[in-house]
Amino acid sequence: MPDDIPIPTDTPYRWGEWQTGSIMQYKLHVNGRDHTVDVDDDTPLLWVLRDEIELKGTKFGCGAGLCGACTVHIDGAPVRSCTTPISNIGSAAVTTIEGIGDTPIGARLQKAWLDVDVVQCGYCQGGQIMSAAALLTRNHAPSDDDIDSAMNGNICRCGTYARIRQAIKQAARTDLGSAATKKRT
Amino acid sequence: MLRERQLSNSSNRSAKMQMLAASAPLRASRRNFLKAGVAAGGGLLLSCALPGLAKAAAMGPTEGTSAVLNAFVRIAPDNVVTIMAKNPEIGQGVKTMLPMLIAEELDVDWAQVRTEQALLNPTLYGRQHAGGSTSTPQNWDPLRRIGAAGRQMLVTAAARRWNVPESECETASGQVRHTPTGRTVSYGTLASDAATLPVPDLKKVRLKDPKDYKIIGHSIPGVDSSKVVRGEPLFGIDTVAPGMLYAVFQKCPVFGGKVVGANLDAIKSLPGVHHAFVVEGTTNLNGLMPGVAIVADSWWRADKARRRLDVKWDEGATGQQSSAGFERQAAELGAKAPAQVLRNDGDVAAALKSAAHMIEAAYSYPFIAHGALEPMNCTAKVQDGRAEIWAPTQNPEPGRALVAKTLGIDEKDIVVHMTRVGGGFGRRLANDYMVEAAWIAKVAGVPVKLVWNRADDIQHDIYRPGGWHFLKGGLDGNGRLVAWQQHFVSFSRNGKFAPSADLSADTFPAGRVANLSYGASLIPLGVPTGPLRAPGDNALAFVFQSFIDEMAHEAGKDPLQFQIDLLGRDEMLPGKGAGFNTARARGVLEKVREVSGWGQRKLPSRTGQGVAVYYSHLGYFAEIVEAAVAENGAVKINQVWAVGDIGSQIINPTAAVNMTQGAILDGFAEALHQQITIENGRVVQANFDTFPLLRMSQAAPIEVHFLKTDNSPTGLGEPPLPAAIPALCNAIFAATGKRIRTLPIDTAVLKA
Repeated sequence: MPDDIPIPTDTPYRWGEWQTGSIMQYKLHVNGRDHTVDVDDDTPLLWVLRDEIELKGTKFGCGAGLCGACTVHIDGAPVRSCTTPISNIGSAAVTTIEGIGDTPIGARLQKAWLDVDVVQCGYCQGGQIMSAAALLTRNHAPSDDDIDSAMNGNICRCGTYARIRQAIKQAARTDLGSAATKKRT
Repeated sequence: MLRERQLSNSSNRSAKMQMLAASAPLRASRRNFLKAGVAAGGGLLLSCALPGLAKAAAMGPTEGTSAVLNAFVRIAPDNVVTIMAKNPEIGQGVKTMLPMLIAEELDVDWAQVRTEQALLNPTLYGRQHAGGSTSTPQNWDPLRRIGAAGRQMLVTAAARRWNVPESECETASGQVRHTPTGRTVSYGTLASDAATLPVPDLKKVRLKDPKDYKIIGHSIPGVDSSKVVRGEPLFGIDTVAPGMLYAVFQKCPVFGGKVVGANLDAIKSLPGVHHAFVVEGTTNLNGLMPGVAIVADSWWRADKARRRLDVKWDEGATGQQSSAGFERQAAELGAKAPAQVLRNDGDVAAALKSAAHMIEAAYSYPFIAHGALEPMNCTAKVQDGRAEIWAPTQNPEPGRALVAKTLGIDEKDIVVHMTRVGGGFGRRLANDYMVEAAWIAKVAGVPVKLVWNRADDIQHDIYRPGGWHFLKGGLDGNGRLVAWQQHFVSFSRNGKFAPSADLSADTFPAGRVANLSYGASLIPLGVPTGPLRAPGDNALAFVFQSFIDEMAHEAGKDPLQFQIDLLGRDEMLPGKGAGFNTARARGVLEKVREVSGWGQRKLPSRTGQGVAVYYSHLGYFAEIVEAAVAENGAVKINQVWAVGDIGSQIINPTAAVNMTQGAILDGFAEALHQQITIENGRVVQANFDTFPLLRMSQAAPIEVHFLKTDNSPTGLGEPPLPAAIPALCNAIFAATGKRIRTLPIDTAVLKA
């Protein structure tokens, strides 16, 4: 990379020696619902979401935490589900693109994405919105540098970055607006 | 429909219903074929543009409660109008744009419209593909006529109902109005009557005056975007066929290598694995290549089993090929005379000898991959000599033919669903993944979803070929370009230029330099090559527009004015489509000079502006890049100005700006980062760490302008890309005095 901004690939969930590759039963809490799945303990969360729970919005792009198409939230933190084994989730709450619209920030982002007409092919956009939601949750008025740092792990092959940036700012402004309204009332 | 299919559970009954649902439109088309005689007269003129048009216009009369006005339009009693989108949606916006053309002339409000992806059926819809920025030029006229014909039929139905002359009726917002009395009736009420009427002569239907457009020229958001942002299943990889298993396919890392043997028994014993078998394959590099298929109850288990796979390969001759070897061969060939002459005007040798200034330069660029974010995948069901395929492909028709030929199935027994595509960029013009899925499904005897992993995707691409250009240019005493000699060292397959590795003899500045020669020498290649967004142009623009910039600086002239002077008088030069229109190229250059304030501002040290212009896939773009080069050589693009001339109409402005910005960023990614290296006949890079795509922090602001000219509208997927690369390289030269002649840009040579 020619610039100094790192690609955020950090995930607190690493593979360890404890994965045996053999089948286990797991209880998962996804978008407010409980699911029980029987899968190999080394199965990445991505494939459990896509092919066991039939939530197809979380996308497979690289399988190595490099592109961000598989971004979900685990207890609110953005995580690359393609490099997160199921055995490390425990009782944590998983939120996916299918569930993020139930949060005020997620709903605002989805609306902003449509208002700005961000989408080209759309394959990355679920992951983009998940990273953006995590950003706005901890930072209500992100600067351009904040957006670069938070979003640099999410590749958009079609190059819709200018509109992603615009949509994040629009969603952030909506937030300021509603916060201001709340204060007055 | 697609969504229901994707979400449906795995019962045999629903599977049967799906096959029935999928085949219904095909039956309708045969019925229609008979009825098409009514419209045969009207269809003749248009048959070259859209072969199935007469049939498409004459479809009817009902499907469910909706009246079928023609193959593209259904109207329900509640006045909801469903318009079929004929071509694959790869992010270029055609699932929105093509129905806009019909809706405009049908004279309905966009709010009434639902769009639906058509099945593959070229008999009804004409050529159905996403390639070459052709969706607009091929469909602009025919689809508006389809809409206008539908409107005419609705007017006729209303006039008969009221027993009034048609000339007293007008339409707006999906209603017919009887002007003298003010009576109105909705299309939904009229549709079932209209569908039984003969189809008007398509060449004679009245089209709107563009000034009356209510949909064309207005920004319409993507029709699937609300599903995209909620993560609903849309893409090929999201397909669920009832009872399906998951497949991976391991091909020889050396292109064209064959399987000698594999530890299939060991693989079959692994958890979840249902099948493991050798696919003998063919020798078609874009078709079914040899490999080992693993079919399991989950994709993860299939891919995990592959890590235990031990295959003995016969690598074949391509195992001897490498990028380093190509480099050596190119240098040797470049030092000799070209093996073939492509063009020879005047006397180049004499003109170079007598030139006041002469420059010699060698340019080169690497192989690159497409890196579509949705990895290649396909879902297939093959049973009883029939196949049903869900394919994220840009080119379903040749895909179906490939499956038919390879599996020995009749094309008419193959149903192809075109899913939304998570990026095409030319990669999905080939259908290797489609025939692989079909073959594996046939052998396994169950529906399968084949999904490549990222290494498969990058190491088994159909690559943009690398190339080398050895150039000499001469200027006269007035700084005018009088000599141009170019020896292109490229690649061959079967003795001819390899796919997307050729050079047209018409390429500009041919026709504008009195003494000019283009020649070529070819290196035989075993690596598959093919179109990448703006094929040919994405590499050639870098070479031609950079070398013209070199000549401008050598002449001591303003590079933008030098380009305008080189274009010369307004005329059509031989070239793609109707030819290269020098006036349109000049127009975009003059406009970009104006909007960018070219040469008007003093720029900081190590900051520069570069300009380039290119005619690609019937569109003209001039672009100016302002770039700053840090002391350590890092390149930062501050600002881009782009001006495009793609004709008289920008059909969907919001999508047009988005597409232009994306194409330009695509060019920057190629220029700054991308390279595929071949060693021992195999690709070295395997993921986005070694084959980087552009990221948020690198995305420069891009100001987009369109110059509307009196030319038929054309497409936008490709035209903005080529100029971006030389404009960037020329800006780097203006900033540093260092000329970029090799891609990707080596920032080490740009250090202060």
